[in-house]
Amino acid sequence: MALEKITQVTGRGVYVPGDDIDTDRIIPARFMKCVTFDGLGEFAFFDARDAAKTAGMVHPLDKPEFSGAGILLSGSNFGCGSSREHAPQALYRFGFRAVIAESFAEIFFGNSITLGMPCVVMSAADIQAVAAIIESDPAALLTLDLLEGKLSIADMDFPLALPEHAKEALVTGKWDAIADLLEGIDDVKARAATLPYMAA
Amino acid sequence: MSQTLLDKVWDAHTVRTLPNGSTQLLIGTHLIHEVTSPQAFGMLRDLGLKVLYPSRTFATVDHIVPTDEREEPFKDSLADEMIRALRRNCEESGVKFFDLPSGQQGIVHIVGPEQGITQPGTTIACGDSHTSTHGAFGAIAFGIGTSQVRDVLATQTMAIRKPKVRRINVDGKLAPGVYSKDVILHIIRCLGVNGGLGYAYEYGGSTFDAFTQEERMTVCNMSIEGGARVGYVNPDETTFAYLNGRPYAPKGAAWDEAVVRWKNSASDPGANYDDVVGYDAAEIAPTVTWGINPGQAIFIDERVPRLEEVPEKDRATAEEALAHMHLKAGEPIKGTKVDVAFLGSCTNGRLSDLTEVARHIKGRKVRAGVKAIVVPGSQGVAALAESMGLAAIFRDAGFEWRGAGCSMCLGMNPDKLVGDQLCASSSNRNFKGRQGSPLGRTVLMSPLMVAAAAVTGEIADAREIFSVK
Repeated sequence: MALEKITQVTGRGVYVPGDDIDTDRIIPARFMKCVTFDGLGEFAFFDARDAAKTAGMVHPLDKPEFSGAGILLSGSNFGCGSSREHAPQALYRFGFRAVIAESFAEIFFGNSITLGMPCVVMSAADIQAVAAIIESDPAALLTLDLLEGKLSIADMDFPLALPEHAKEALVTGKWDAIADLLEGIDDVKARAATLPYMAA
Repeated sequence: MSQTLLDKVWDAHTVRTLPNGSTQLLIGTHLIHEVTSPQAFGMLRDLGLKVLYPSRTFATVDHIVPTDEREEPFKDSLADEMIRALRRNCEESGVKFFDLPSGQQGIVHIVGPEQGITQPGTTIACGDSHTSTHGAFGAIAFGIGTSQVRDVLATQTMAIRKPKVRRINVDGKLAPGVYSKDVILHIIRCLGVNGGLGYAYEYGGSTFDAFTQEERMTVCNMSIEGGARVGYVNPDETTFAYLNGRPYAPKGAAWDEAVVRWKNSASDPGANYDDVVGYDAAEIAPTVTWGINPGQAIFIDERVPRLEEVPEKDRATAEEALAHMHLKAGEPIKGTKVDVAFLGSCTNGRLSDLTEVARHIKGRKVRAGVKAIVVPGSQGVAALAESMGLAAIFRDAGFEWRGAGCSMCLGMNPDKLVGDQLCASSSNRNFKGRQGSPLGRTVLMSPLMVAAAAVTGEIADAREIFSVK
C-alpha cells in the first residue's frame, strides 16, 4: 500500500480562534448517524457556523475570502473530547489538509495523522502573527515544510513542531499504520500465545 | 527493577517496534459499538481483510438506542440502519453482540465490566474516548478512532507511543455527600483539561483504596476529560471480588491463576513515576461545572469566577462559557434554574449510583416543570434496579424510568435538550451542544446533586436538600 509521502502542505489559511475546541464542536454528534464518512465535510463546525449566522455574523469558514482554504489555524488543546474520527474526517472532507494549533488532544492528533492530515504545533504568538497576515491578505499562500520544520508565508518563516514519529510516518508515506501492522502478524500471534486471557 | 502497572502491561503486550518508533501493541480485548465501527468494517471489506481474533471483540449498541420506544425498526431510519449494520457485521465476522433482545445490552463501558470481560493486566481498546473507564480494573484501556478500530479488527494491534505516567494520590475520607464524581471533577479542575496530555493517570491513595469498584470506574471514566487518554487504578481485593463469578471471568483453577497474575500486574512499591501529585479528600466538596469544559468547575458554595480571577490564557474561553451558560461572573451558582435532570451515562449509570440516589429520593417529588429521567447504564443494571424496587422509588418521585443507553449524554438519540434548556447532568461532558441542542446548557455533577436539582428545580447542595450527614 504505497501512500503519498507528505513532506509539504501548501494552501491558503483560515483562522478559527479559541482554545479547547472539542470534537463535538468540530462535528456535532447528531451528524454521526451514518455508516460511512462520506458527506461529513459540509457539517464541519455546523453549530458554530449556524450560531454566527443567527447572531448576524459570519463564521470564518463561511467567509467567501477564506473559501477553499486548505490549512486551519486554531488555539490550544484542539480536538479535545470524543475519540470520533468523524472530526478529522469532516475537516479533511471540508478541504483541510493540515491543522496548526498551540497543542492538540492526543486521540484527535493520532486520528488526523492516520488520514495523512498533519497537525503541527506553533507558538501562540506565531499563530497570531500568521492569522494577522491571513486577515489582511486571505489569498496569501502558506507552505508547511515538515522536513524543515517551518511554515512560510509572505516571505516570512515560522518554526513549527511535529513529534518525530508523526513526521517520520508522514514523510515516508507510512501515515496509515495498517501495512506495518499487517507485516507483524506472525509476531502478533506469537505474543498473543503468551497471554492466558487471549486463549480463553 | 520496580515497574508501574503500565510498564508491565506494556511489556507483556508489545509485539515489536515499528519503523517510526511507535509500538505495535497487542490489544487483548476490543469493544465495539454502532457509531465508530461500521466504517471500520467497510475499510476491512475494501482491503479484503478479516477479523483476526473474533473471540476477542465484543459488541453492544448504546449511542443511538432510544430509551423509551425501543421496538424495531426505530423511528429514526439512520439509527435503524446503524443497528442493522452492526448486527450484520457481527454475524458475518463471528463477533459476540450484546444485542437489544439479549438482556445484556447497555453502554459499552458498563457492559464490559458487568460481563467480567474487563480484567486486570490486560489491554483494551474501543472507538470511544471513555474507554479509560476500564482502567479501574488495572487494565490499560484506550479510546481510539475508527481507522484504529480497523487496525485492531484486522491485526488485534495498534500503533501507539508509550505514555508517561502521573501518579495521582488522593488520601483521607470524603465528607458525607461527596462522591468519586466530585474527586475527578476536582482533579480536572486542578490539573486542567489538557493537563494529562501525553500521560496515563495512575490513581491511588487511601481514598481510592476505600472506593468500591464502581466508584473507581467513575474516576477513570473521566481521565480523558483531563486530557489523559488512559487512567487506571491498581487491582486489589476489591477488584477481584467484583469480578468473581461474572460470566466472562475465569473459573475454578483458572481463576486462582488469574488472581496471582493480576496481583503481580500492580505497580511495584517504589515504581518510578514521571510526575506525582496529591490531594486531600477532606478538602473536596460537591463540585459542579459552570462552563463549557469539564475543567471549568467550582464547589457548590463557590461563586462563578470573575474573568480577572481566571488565568489570562483561559479568559477568552471563560468569557465564551459565561455567555453560553447565561451565568453571571461573581454570582453563586447555587439557585440557578434547572430545566432537565439527567441521571445516567457511562460515568454514573451504575447500580450503586441509582441505589445511592434512591435512598435519598424516596418519598420526595421532582419539582413541577422539571423533566427528570433515570437511564440505567445497562439492561443488567435496569433488571437489578427493578427487582430491588429502585425503579418504583424513582417513578413515585416523578422521574421517568428509561431503557439502557447513552441517552442524554450526547445528542445521538431521541433524548435531547431543547433550545437553551439547562440540564443538571451526571454525565461527563459539558461541551456546547453536547446534549443535542446547540444552545443547550450542561452542568456536570454527582448523581445525588442531580437529584437535588430535580427536587428543587435549581442547582442545589444535595447535603442540605437531603440532610446528608
